[in-house]
Amino acid sequence: MKWGLIIEIAKALMLARRKQTIIAATGVLFSITMFVALLGFMNGLNSMLDGLVINRTPHIRFYNEIRPNPNQPIDQSERFGESLNIIRSIKPSTGRLAIYNSEAIMRSLEADPRVLGISPKISAQVFFNVGTIDLTGIVNGIAVEKEAELFAFSDYITAGDYGDLNQTNTIILGKGAADRMLADIGDVIQVTTAQGSRLQLKVVGYYQSGLGDFDNVNSYASLATVQKMLGEPASYVTDIQVKLHDLDQAPAMARELAGIFQIDADDIQTVNAQFETGTSIRTMISYAVGITLLVVSGFGIYNILNMMIYEKLDTIAILKAIGFDSRDINRIFITIALAIGFVGGALGLLFGFLAGLGIDQIPFETEALPTIKTFPVDYNPKYYLIGGTFSLITTYFAGFFPARKASGVDPVEIIRGK
Amino acid sequence: MSALQTPLLEAKNIDKFFFNPTETQVLKKVSFQIRRGEFVSVVGKSGCGKSTLLYILSTMDTDYKGQLSLDGELISGRSADYLSKLRNEKIGFVFQFHYLLNEFSVLENVMIPGLKLGKYSRQELEHRALEKLRIFDMEDHARKKANQLSGGQKQRVAIARALINDPLLIMGDEPTGNLDKKNSDIVYNKFKELAADFGQTMLIVTHDPEFAEGTDRIIEMEDGRVIRQ
Repeated sequence: MKWGLIIEIAKALMLARRKQTIIAATGVLFSITMFVALLGFMNGLNSMLDGLVINRTPHIRFYNEIRPNPNQPIDQSERFGESLNIIRSIKPSTGRLAIYNSEAIMRSLEADPRVLGISPKISAQVFFNVGTIDLTGIVNGIAVEKEAELFAFSDYITAGDYGDLNQTNTIILGKGAADRMLADIGDVIQVTTAQGSRLQLKVVGYYQSGLGDFDNVNSYASLATVQKMLGEPASYVTDIQVKLHDLDQAPAMARELAGIFQIDADDIQTVNAQFETGTSIRTMISYAVGITLLVVSGFGIYNILNMMIYEKLDTIAILKAIGFDSRDINRIFITIALAIGFVGGALGLLFGFLAGLGIDQIPFETEALPTIKTFPVDYNPKYYLIGGTFSLITTYFAGFFPARKASGVDPVEIIRGK
Repeated sequence: MSALQTPLLEAKNIDKFFFNPTETQVLKKVSFQIRRGEFVSVVGKSGCGKSTLLYILSTMDTDYKGQLSLDGELISGRSADYLSKLRNEKIGFVFQFHYLLNEFSVLENVMIPGLKLGKYSRQELEHRALEKLRIFDMEDHARKKANQLSGGQKQRVAIARALINDPLLIMGDEPTGNLDKKNSDIVYNKFKELAADFGQTMLIVTHDPEFAEGTDRIIEMEDGRVIRQ
């Protein structure tokens, strides 16, 4: 078929009704702009909020939980193995928080191709001694460079340099804890561990995650500092944090490795299920709004095409009389609809991108989010692709029925009816 | 029978009914033949069914009984798409109300059926279209928009358009019916010229007795029947 001629005729018809065509295209433009800007903004916020937790959360965390031994001696006895044994008031056996054989576990994790990286950690309960008052807190012993690389540790250091943690007897205080202790950078604070040993630590920075409760309690020091504080050897580690290449594998891998290493393992999906839910619902709402906008503009196109067909009945009749078949007429009007969709959609994507850039410039500063200075916008090409595709799909359907009506016009009726 | 003697257009026992508001038979067993090179007019009082007959012959109206052959080929009952192609290639049409496409220039109007047929390249078609326009002294207006022309000029362009694909047959539905005396004469003379100089087969419906007088053969209709041919 000669598409050149069909496009030429479609173009001439559109130019003849220039104003209406522009209005229809503007409708598409507006809805695509809103669609892209809305989704970009919504998902920018989403990923920022998720990032607050998810960036910092290991995909799998290995640790030892102190709990009663589920395998009590009576269960192992042959005599009572088959019976229902009830033991009251079981207490946890003297377990230790440290992970047995941590170095071997870390070596085998590092060799696993699914693993992006691992970072060992020690969690130690401490008291910060401020005058006569003791504030409770947690000092996290971390492998500084690994933590920065895998868990964006450096993003949350609002003052000081995280590299200074590598010196022994230094600490980065949570912002809330530092405020309560009135500790400035360079000050020396005193820490008492649960076991009773005391240590002087120099404050080299502040840490602010944006979650107030977390910042009131948590502080950071190097692994070596915390091991020294607790009087433990260099192999002493209470947590192994693992980051995977593919987050979705976390639950299965956690189950698998927990069995192999005989250790407790939490995966990110289980721990943070509510974030996933929130994200997917917010995304769903923005898609719903965006698609509603598109459908509304589709009705606009439908209306305008219907009107155009009514006005151009003579033209359709004459085209049929000189040998255009119904399929050609159908294609002419579908071409008009798609052209409106394409031009409106393309400009819409451009304006949507500009709107995104605009939103990106609006200042957005809040205490809770130290790393955010302006509204976050997600420029993921996916939204542009979806917006573009939908603009063509809705305009196609908006053109479908008018085009069918046009192709069904009986030329004899029009020509004789005059 | 040689090709020259095969009737170009043959209608056999054409019946046509209108069902709205009540069943009325508008054509009753209409049969006739048109040979190559003939200039035929169809006359009759209004309401006698002559226009209805013309639209059936033009293949645009397919709702009839009887047999219709064009160029020795039976075309009754063929698909609408096939008939469109046939119309494009073999039949030129001139209407009472000139019906040019106002969105296009005069030249483009003449070219469009040719572009649809796709037999010639665009340059060739442009050349041919200008030639056709020259026959009607319209080549100076080739670049104007169709709606900038007068009624008589439009009708001349419409005839040029009907000629662009060198059709076997040109049909006209009262082509001079909507024109004043002067323009009507010009158009009439052009039809005469086409018949005389180019041997173009033409079938023109008219109620203008003067027009009919000048044609080779008059088919006269009354009340849905051919009463003289």
